Amino acid sequence: MVKTHNPPGSAEGRHDDTAGRVYGVARGSARGSSAVPPASAARRRRKPRATAGSGRLAALLVSPTLLVLTIVVLYPTIVALKDSLFGTPGLNPKTGFVNETDPFVGAQNYTDIFGAAGERFWNAFWNTSFLTVTTVGMETVIGVAMALIMNRAFQGRALVRASILVPWAIPTAVTGLLWRWIFNSNGIANALIGQQVLWTTEGFHAKVAVIIADVWKTAPFIGLLVLAGLQVINKEVYEAAKIDGAGAVRQFWSITLPLVKPALMVAVLFRTLDALRMFDLPYILIGAQKESVETLSMLAQDQAANVRFGPAAAYAVILFLYVFLIALAFVRLLGANVVGDDDAAPKRRRRWLPVRRPAEVAA
Amino acid sequence: MTLSLNWRKWLLYAGVAAVVAYCLAPFYWMLVSSLRRTSDIFENSPLPTHLSFENYLAVLDPSQAFTRALLNSIVVAGITTVLALILATFTAYAMARLEFRLKRLVLTLIIATSMFPVVSIVVPLLKMFVGFGWINTYQAMIVPSMSFTLPLAVWNLTAFFRQMPQELEQAAMVDGCTRGQAFRRIIIPLAAPGMFTTAIITFIAAWNEFLIALTMTNKPEMQTAPVAISKFSGASQFETPFGSQMAAGVLVTVPLVIMVLLFQRRIVAGLTAGAAK
Repeated sequence: MVKTHNPPGSAEGRHDDTAGRVYGVARGSARGSSAVPPASAARRRRKPRATAGSGRLAALLVSPTLLVLTIVVLYPTIVALKDSLFGTPGLNPKTGFVNETDPFVGAQNYTDIFGAAGERFWNAFWNTSFLTVTTVGMETVIGVAMALIMNRAFQGRALVRASILVPWAIPTAVTGLLWRWIFNSNGIANALIGQQVLWTTEGFHAKVAVIIADVWKTAPFIGLLVLAGLQVINKEVYEAAKIDGAGAVRQFWSITLPLVKPALMVAVLFRTLDALRMFDLPYILIGAQKESVETLSMLAQDQAANVRFGPAAAYAVILFLYVFLIALAFVRLLGANVVGDDDAAPKRRRRWLPVRRPAEVAA
Repeated sequence: MTLSLNWRKWLLYAGVAAVVAYCLAPFYWMLVSSLRRTSDIFENSPLPTHLSFENYLAVLDPSQAFTRALLNSIVVAGITTVLALILATFTAYAMARLEFRLKRLVLTLIIATSMFPVVSIVVPLLKMFVGFGWINTYQAMIVPSMSFTLPLAVWNLTAFFRQMPQELEQAAMVDGCTRGQAFRRIIIPLAAPGMFTTAIITFIAAWNEFLIALTMTNKPEMQTAPVAISKFSGASQFETPFGSQMAAGVLVTVPLVIMVLLFQRRIVAGLTAGAAK
């Protein structure tokens, strides 16, 4: 694809040509005409005027964003990798003064996880994983239920839509405060259940408090994304299923869920990655340095705030790798299409998980 | 049959009511609590027995520096939104309209950066900004905020630009406009609703940011509103001023809730633009 008839020197011409062809292929498959050889489809649909000089223009338009992201994301990540190999300055045994520079410690910040500092790290790791699995699981179930209700509601739709945006719009910091007040020992939560639970003190109930607050805040968001997926399902599919004698439950599992899966996958992916870096809610609802709810983000931030940059960077790198692996697993195994673009991707995805077509389902 | 239909209708109403109650009840509780007197803050009546604005007066008291925190939030979130929107408009246009090599890879990379754990960016940036002497400055909060607002804006705007008919722009170019002119005279006016929606969503994301603002500031007068209310303490340090906290929470949230009520349709369209095709 990259090799073209242009001589290697004419960079500009090469850009345009390849760009045009790549796009042509993408458009061909996006329109579902995979039977047509992509190259010929591209040639037929190419509009020379519209694509002229677009390679250079694209580079010009995209580079500021890439530059900013390189500075604020890529560079700090590399620095974090480097920092994680350095320790905190200790006393110099010869002079008795505090060292100015951080000593190089190699992989010690990482190996410490299995030794001295390990207990707090693994606690944070399991807290992060536990909170992610429980919150995202509950949010998905509640969010899908909400979407199903909203999809049926024809009156009061504006009211429902406005109210469902409220938890999303409330800052997480305010959410933390609000639920701390609800979970106060003399608060409304204890009044409603008629018991005296000290929710915001250490213990399993602190985890429960964080989970309830997080589910409240983000289940509506999943509901919103799933609703968008539900609204594009053709109603005729349900008619056909009804004629074939499929009941409501059967319709949900065989039609609704498979068809809404792409939207649901994106929502669940976003929520999972968000939950893995959870910080604000446990920090404000329960507090910093609380064993029951300390997440990896909280641990790393706490270390950095106490000028222990080495371990902080090591924890941040581990969290980054954790998030990266989960994201990769989602995209590869479950076929989450985040880019929102059909270009060339389905080819790869189909190998992992066959997508059920509406026609097959209805038949 | 009619009976069953009626029954289903009521079940649906009950479901709708449950969704609305689920979403609004905690917010309502914050509002009600903020309007109680300090002496009856622990009452559980659904309406305040004695309506009082003393909590709001306490929050807006100059000694709390809360108005300053609100101003800081407006500056940080506002500048972040404007910068992200400008950069994202150009990039999203290229993503939606131009054909170039590695397009899908570039878009995937941009979106992937928004999924980075903020803490893994904040830790090294804190160290760097300490070196620059940037601690307690606006730029120390604005620059890291670009890491999540910029991808969000690019993602949203790309979806909007893709929805716009390509023919208009091509017609303009056939009529002799350059691509730049077509962009300025055709695309920007047409994309205004999408850009507006993206601005709201980006602003809300920047306004709600907590970890960066918490890490990059240690002076109360430079804290943003979410950080300020998390550290909110009353005159006496032995009793938590729940009423004032709720009032502050309402003050921080109300601008967002008003935006949500006014532009709900657009916001929903923006949030779901990439998710469902």
